This record gives sequence, structure tokens and C-alpha cells, in this order.
Amino acid sequence: MTKLIEAEHLSRFFGKQCAVNDVSFNVSKGEVLGFLGPNGAGKTTTMQMLCGNLAPSSGAIKINGFDLLDQPKLAKSSLGYLPDTPPLYKELTVQEYLCYCAQLHGLVKPYQTQAIERAKERCGLAEVANRLIGQLSKGFQQRVGIAQAILHNPEVIVLDEPTVGLDPIQIREIRALIRELGENHGIILSTHILTEVQESCTHVQIIHQGRLILNETITGLNRQMNTGTLQVTTRMVPDLKRLLVIPGVYSIESPEQNCIRIHHDVNNSPAEQIAERVIAEGWGLLEMTPIKKSIEDIFISLTQEQSHPV
Amino acid sequence: MNTIFVIASREFKSLFLSPLAWIILAVLQFIIAFLFLSQVETFILLQPKLATMEGAPGLTDIVITPLFGNAAIILMLVIPLLTMRLVSEERRNKTLALLLSAPISNNAIIFGKYLGILGLLILIVFLIVLMPLSLLSGGELDMGKLAANMLALILLVMAFTAIGLFMSCVATHPTIAAFSTFSSLLLLWILDWTTGFDSQHSELFEYLSILKHFQAIQSGLISSIDVGYFILFITTFIMLSIRRLDNDRLQK
Repeated sequence: MTKLIEAEHLSRFFGKQCAVNDVSFNVSKGEVLGFLGPNGAGKTTTMQMLCGNLAPSSGAIKINGFDLLDQPKLAKSSLGYLPDTPPLYKELTVQEYLCYCAQLHGLVKPYQTQAIERAKERCGLAEVANRLIGQLSKGFQQRVGIAQAILHNPEVIVLDEPTVGLDPIQIREIRALIRELGENHGIILSTHILTEVQESCTHVQIIHQGRLILNETITGLNRQMNTGTLQVTTRMVPDLKRLLVIPGVYSIESPEQNCIRIHHDVNNSPAEQIAERVIAEGWGLLEMTPIKKSIEDIFISLTQEQSHPV
Repeated sequence: MNTIFVIASREFKSLFLSPLAWIILAVLQFIIAFLFLSQVETFILLQPKLATMEGAPGLTDIVITPLFGNAAIILMLVIPLLTMRLVSEERRNKTLALLLSAPISNNAIIFGKYLGILGLLILIVFLIVLMPLSLLSGGELDMGKLAANMLALILLVMAFTAIGLFMSCVATHPTIAAFSTFSSLLLLWILDWTTGFDSQHSELFEYLSILKHFQAIQSGLISSIDVGYFILFITTFIMLSIRRLDNDRLQK
């Protein structure tokens, strides 16, 4: 698969303070990489470096095969970037602004109108096309920012907190748009909304104090979220000893009489056998749920591990 | 090359989207027209005396040269206001990221912005030149001298804009840029006042002073030293602006 972004050993210092420390990662076509991290972790700095707004102190970046430092024009022509504050000229109308962006990216005339129409349609801007950007609501401004980033159909799209300030319906639309774009592009998006990563990303990275502390696919993350615990609710009080003999079951706690928690082997879940046993004994199976760690838990445990090394 | 014109035309059009450009055009035209009329008035008063003199200064010397000199001083006040927001406001509004992440070199950004503002200023110079041309209906003008004055004013305006652009690249706030531009222009303007005294005569200061070179060209003597001074001045500050924009990326 073609690698669209290759970042190798990126570091960035502001004076003596290290904002990003030896971060390496790749993004290929068809991947949506979610960038997570607490405030001040270095998310925005990393994105600014990827988009050529900030030179890395050390390390190399390749966009679509072109080195960002040696061939900046070629690298940047396959790049669409939405910074954390959308770069909007408030005195222009949406149409004028998108037209300017298209010209900046060197789109030729016949293709320009087509690209603008498509971007407006994708971001739901058709009805505000002739209004001044300064008079639009924050949500619409954010959408203009996204439209600007995808306008020239770049291979790589970098979005810094794309859903900030949007209402729930718009957030859903934008997430759908990101998923759709992700099929043919390489996308990096940073966010602090954890469910967003689960919904729209294929890969996730957690950055903390400038270091990359997790680099996983969403499937891998889901596996990590599996804690190996089943919660079982029954009508009758079950006989715990008879459940403990099932292979793969480690221990059982029962916070309430009808509700028990079964800790089991993560790789080889005995859920089916447990269900069969409960039914065979006639305890009346009402509910059986695997308990998952939320992405929040992983995030918090990882970031806290790092800040308080044992 | 194309992107330079994209940025320049955007910059030029943006000026006319706010009242700023319109007000500057209107007020400048009003003030300069007032000065022009008072010069013409002076000429009419002096005319009987001039007629008796041998080798007396003509209409061009009495009306046009002072008019362009005054216009230069007024432009010195106006140009910092036009150039102040070029880069510093983009940096403040975080719109600079749009230009920096687009496939455009920093040279193109700076040249584009420079040419955009210069477009308005050339328009102003053109409007100023129209006033003396109106005298053609009732008199004769030394067209060579008028052209020299126009060239002097254009070179001057280009130099002012270059320094304003640089200050806008350096400053964090537009007002700081405007004030620094105005101060440096004023300093360069008055630099040769000290050279008036023989004891304190300094060739360096005399060379650095914008006024000296401006007046030399105005007098109709277009020498390579004076034109070279302006070209050096403009290139230096444009180069410095490009370097300064590069620096944004390197450190903050």
C-alpha cells in the first residue's frame, strides 16, 4: 500500500522545552489516523510540522513520497490542512474564499468551479455560498475550514479538531464525510473527543508530553479494551461452584445475589459454555454482557502511567 | 509566478472591501488638490515678477516639484497604515497557515503582498500626476521634469512599502508595525539634517537619507546612484521580509 505520510523521528524544541520528542509514524491510503492527547501534548505542533508551518528540530517528513523540506511545493500540493483555528478571511464571501483557495493551490479554471461546487456540496455550504464568512456561525465557519482543506482533492488531509463547535447533527455529517474521504485519502485528525476516534478512525495514536505512547489499529484497541469479564444476571440465585468448574473461568464475584461477574480467559472466552450451563440449570438467564474498558480508561491509564512512573 | 498575482490581486481587492482604501483615496486627493491649488495660486502671484527675470523658474518648478515633495510627506504618513496589516494581521488571525500550507514559496507570498499594496499606491501616484496635467489646458509643462517627479515618487513609494512590509513581518501587532514603519521612515527622512552643518558633515548619513536621493531625482537629474539607492533599499527590505517569514517556520 502506498505510504502517504512518513514521519521519522520528529522532534521539536521551543527553546529548551521539548514539545515533540522522537515521534515516528506512517499513514497509508485508506487510513484515518486519530491523534489523541491531553492539552499541550504536542498534537498541534506535530500537525503544524506535517503541514510545513513549522520546521522540525530534527527528523524527516515525506508527504506522498516527496520530502517536505527538499521539495516543499510538490509535497504541499498533495496536502490539505485545517489548523485548530480555521484560516478564514472574514471579509470575503464563502464563494470568494474558496475561489481564492483554489487559485492558491493552482487549480486550473474549468476544474476550479467543479472543485468548489463539490466541496460546497460535501460540507453543506451551498445555501451560505454568497454570505460573508465573518457573519456565519462558528459551526459554518468550521465547515468552510474543512471545505478549504478538501477543496483541491489532496491525497493527505490533516484536520486539527475538525468537529469543534459543531452541533450533534453536523458532527455526525462531518464524521461520515471523514469516513467517506478516508476510503481514498490518508487522513490525520486530532481530537480530544474519544468516541470520535472510535467512530471515524482506523488507527489511533496517543501522544503525551511529546511522546507517542500508543500506536494501534482500532481493532487492536478494541482487543485492549476487552477486560475478560462477563456480567451475568439471572432470575434465580446461581450456584457459583458449578460455574467455576467451566474451563477458562478464573473467578467469580457476586456484588448482588442475582448479578455475578465472571472473570475469564481473554483469548478464549467461555461465554457460550456459561450460557449453556445457566440455561441447563434453569436459573433463568436475563442478561449477559461483556464488560469493556472504555477508550477513556485506556487513555487515562496510559497517560497517568507516563506522568507518574512507578 | 501565477500565485504571486493571485495573492497580489486578493490583497488589492481586499483593500477595497474595507472603507480604508476608499477613505485614503478620497482624503489624499482632497488634501493634495488643496496643496496643488495653493501652489498654482502662488505661481499666479509670482508671475509678474517672474516675467521680468532672466532664466526664471517655470510653472513646472514652482507648482510640480513642491507638490510632489508634499505628496511624499503625506504618503509617509499614509503608507504605514496601509502596510501594517499585510503579514502581522494574517499572523494574528492565524490565516497565515493557509498560505504556508499551500504549495507557494515564501518569496511568492511576500512579492504578492508587496505588489498588491503597490497597486493601490501606483493608483494614488497616477491620481496625483493628473493634477499637474490639468495645467496643460492653460499653459506649458516641462514633461521631462514631470516624468522625473513621477519616477521619484514611484521609487519613494516602493521603498516606503518595502520597509512597511518588513515591519509588518516583524511586528506582532499591526499598530506596532505602523508605528515602527513611520518612525524609521521619519528617521531616514531627517537623517541629512545634520549634514547641513559643515562641521558635522557625514557622507554616510547623506547617502542614507531618502530625502537627498528623492530630491536629486525630482530635480530632473536621474543618476544611477540615486536609482541604485532605491533599488538597493527595496531589495534589502524585501529580502529581509522573506527571511523573516522563513524564520516563522524555524522557531517561534
